[in-house]
Amino acid sequence: MIRRIIWTLGTLVILLGLNLALPRILNPYLFQIVILCGINVILAVSLNLINGFTGQFSIGHAGFMAIGAYGSAMLSLHAGIGWVAALTAAGVPPGVAEGAALFAALLAGGLLSALAGYLVGLPSLRLRGDYLAIVTLGFGEIIRVLILNIDAVGAARGLPGIPGWVSFFWVGLGGTGVVVLALNLARSSHGRALFAIRDDEIAAESLGVNTTAYKVLAFVIGAFFAGVAGGLFAHYLSYLNPNSFTFIKSIEVIAMVVLGGMGSVSGSVLAAILLTLLPEVLRPVKDYRMVIYSLMLIVLMITRPQGLLGSREIRLGSWVGKLRVARGAG
Amino acid sequence: MSEFLQQLVNGVTWGSVYALIALGYTMVYGILRLINFAHGDVYMLGAFFGLYAAQWIGAADHPTPVRAFVVLVAAMLGCGAVGAIIERAAYKPVRRSSRLAALITAIGVSLLLENGGILVFGPNPRFFPQIVPSSQISLGHGVSISNQQVIILVVSTGLMFALRFIVLNTRVGKAMRAVSHNHMAAALMGISVDRIITFTFVLGSMLAAAAGVLVALQNPKIDPLMGIMPGLKAFVAAVLGGIGNIPGAVLGGLVMGIAEVLVVGYLSPSYRDAIAFVLLIVILLVRPTGILGTQAAEKV
Amino acid sequence: MLLQVERLDVYYGAVHALKGVTLCAEAGEIVTLIGANGAGKTTLLRTISGVIPSRSGRVTFEGRDITRLPAHDIVGLGISQAPEGRLVFANLTVEDNLELGAYRRKDRPGISKDREEVFRLFPRLRERRRQSAGTLSGGEQQMLAIGRALMSRPRLLLLDEPSLGLAPLLVREIFRTVREINQRGVTVLLVEQNAHMALSIAGRGYVLETGHVRLEDRAERLLQNDEVRRAYLGG
Repeated sequence: MIRRIIWTLGTLVILLGLNLALPRILNPYLFQIVILCGINVILAVSLNLINGFTGQFSIGHAGFMAIGAYGSAMLSLHAGIGWVAALTAAGVPPGVAEGAALFAALLAGGLLSALAGYLVGLPSLRLRGDYLAIVTLGFGEIIRVLILNIDAVGAARGLPGIPGWVSFFWVGLGGTGVVVLALNLARSSHGRALFAIRDDEIAAESLGVNTTAYKVLAFVIGAFFAGVAGGLFAHYLSYLNPNSFTFIKSIEVIAMVVLGGMGSVSGSVLAAILLTLLPEVLRPVKDYRMVIYSLMLIVLMITRPQGLLGSREIRLGSWVGKLRVARGAG
Repeated sequence: MSEFLQQLVNGVTWGSVYALIALGYTMVYGILRLINFAHGDVYMLGAFFGLYAAQWIGAADHPTPVRAFVVLVAAMLGCGAVGAIIERAAYKPVRRSSRLAALITAIGVSLLLENGGILVFGPNPRFFPQIVPSSQISLGHGVSISNQQVIILVVSTGLMFALRFIVLNTRVGKAMRAVSHNHMAAALMGISVDRIITFTFVLGSMLAAAAGVLVALQNPKIDPLMGIMPGLKAFVAAVLGGIGNIPGAVLGGLVMGIAEVLVVGYLSPSYRDAIAFVLLIVILLVRPTGILGTQAAEKV
Repeated sequence: MLLQVERLDVYYGAVHALKGVTLCAEAGEIVTLIGANGAGKTTLLRTISGVIPSRSGRVTFEGRDITRLPAHDIVGLGISQAPEGRLVFANLTVEDNLELGAYRRKDRPGISKDREEVFRLFPRLRERRRQSAGTLSGGEQQMLAIGRALMSRPRLLLLDEPSLGLAPLLVREIFRTVREINQRGVTVLLVEQNAHMALSIAGRGYVLETGHVRLEDRAERLLQNDEVRRAYLGG
């Protein structure tokens, strides 16, 4: 218990330290890439909970992200800004007031998205494999078209003026949160139930695993964090546009999960960072950038179809252990 | 009433284009259980190949039916070749990997064709030459049809019947059905499964190419990303009809085309892209295998 | 020697399914391969047919090395198989199934003659010639699978568990037909769990155990063998 508190405090201190340091070390362009990496890590790990852990196949992650983004943005625009004003008037430091309002907005966006996840998760009781995939794809597109048609959220014009409350700390917190949750889930009995569903649903059911509940649960948790990622995205860019949430975005996230290795949390993290950096690294070759990106995707799938890490995890502990062994031997 | 009939005419025309694209999805899915995400981009290539062929043989300046036909055939042959190359170079190496790896590969191919298209054809829309001078034909009661629509309907119907003949009555068509039933059993008959799979891609790509040229007759603005949405919707059409099922793809395409035109006509054009998916979700919840689909045996 | 399998090693992923299997079949024989589930019988037939690759070892047919040939070429050389579980093409008609069996052949008159022959062997298939294969009963599907395999005019016929899931009377009928096919000069390699039936029509037999050839002998001697009787003949 004490260890856990120390870990938590340590993580918070490191995040706060980075929060202060990063904007000073990095130029705004690099800083933005770091933030986008963080948001993509949250998206990839949360999708991995659905696709990698239970073996369901969702191509609608952009839809969940959009719900979280627009939901949280609307809360901030219509209430959050007022709260911050009231709190600062009452003497609360602006940073704390904004943090509280952002936290509320992210939570609201996440919960709204989780609700959608529950609703989409329900048909997964009946549909399998590609059919579920195509339903989730349809869900994502419907969300996008709905946003395009709702004037209150800006429709095709987009939604401007969202308070830019997101700093590195919040992205780091969201990323750490979803990674820790996923890793703990993987090691728990619930995680084993999820993996059992992925490996053989019928066998899992015959062993008494409530496959329905677990599949919906995976959808709900995955959607929640996708919503949080959307909220972070909204409050970082201060502007939302439905075109950010096309099915291409869902596919980018799937590529991260598959590239990292289905069911491997660290793989998703690694692949999310790699695939966010890749287009940026390729920026000098301009016109060829996306061609190279797509070629690399194809080549990687041909040469490593199980993803970079398969279903394994990189463990810091084992690296430390190896270092010790290496030293002992030397 | 006449407005409704007019919508119906437009819907059936548009739907037959979806049907042509959907056939490629459904054939490939039937044989490989792969959602060929790049199929919509092959349709885009069809339009561009048609454009270049038309420029090359001067079909734009001196439109004749023969030249228009040559343009169509050239686009189909070009896309057939592209389909074969895609299958051999990208899909065959991942055939034994997980289906997800194959799907990501398909997505990679799709991105490659789109971005390669931007590189080669340029990012801005190009105009497909008028290889068939347009005219309107009145059907009475205030309903009219353009000669381009007539061409779309005639050509797509012809192609569908040709496909039906190939699949049902020819040796290679029977081999296709055998392979889609079971690869190993087909191989034990002496069928080269690889060759049949490639052939399936060629056939599907040719149909998509025809759809590309036909659409460009009516909507001459073509660009490298034009395949994304129609591709997606045609896939939905294939699922709607029951994926892997050839008549289902045609039915799904028609339903989709009519539904879309009705939504645009009576509701709002901005909901056009959503109706496909709403329809899809409703049908899948009522009948999870699509309208004409049969329950695929779940492997236990 | 018609078929010779030498020191064949086959892996399924990490599983070593066949461990140095050696066996042979002379022209005109019925050779049977018996053994428990998972002994590697089906794997062996599939490897001979070329649908599963081998790690090492050799398969020769009529003196020709066919180890690395693709499945569809092996059919062309004269080996065909009625696979385990029949695997008839359910949505095609009986006639279309037979036609696919003759996929490699171009001699139209020969093909229709052989189809008549199949209908003579299995009259029930003639009655159902325009029916889709999925509507046939299990026994009829087995007949179709064998008939389909005969359509390539094989010199070696591989049969994988033709008795599986069939009523005893039907099994008898099928085995009688197998013998008849053999009497017309087709060599048969028969994989069976129904060891008694198999050994009663075969000339020689092999007992396969976890990927090894455990025993090899004339069929009537295997029928007398204590070990075989205990393990495979229920007494």
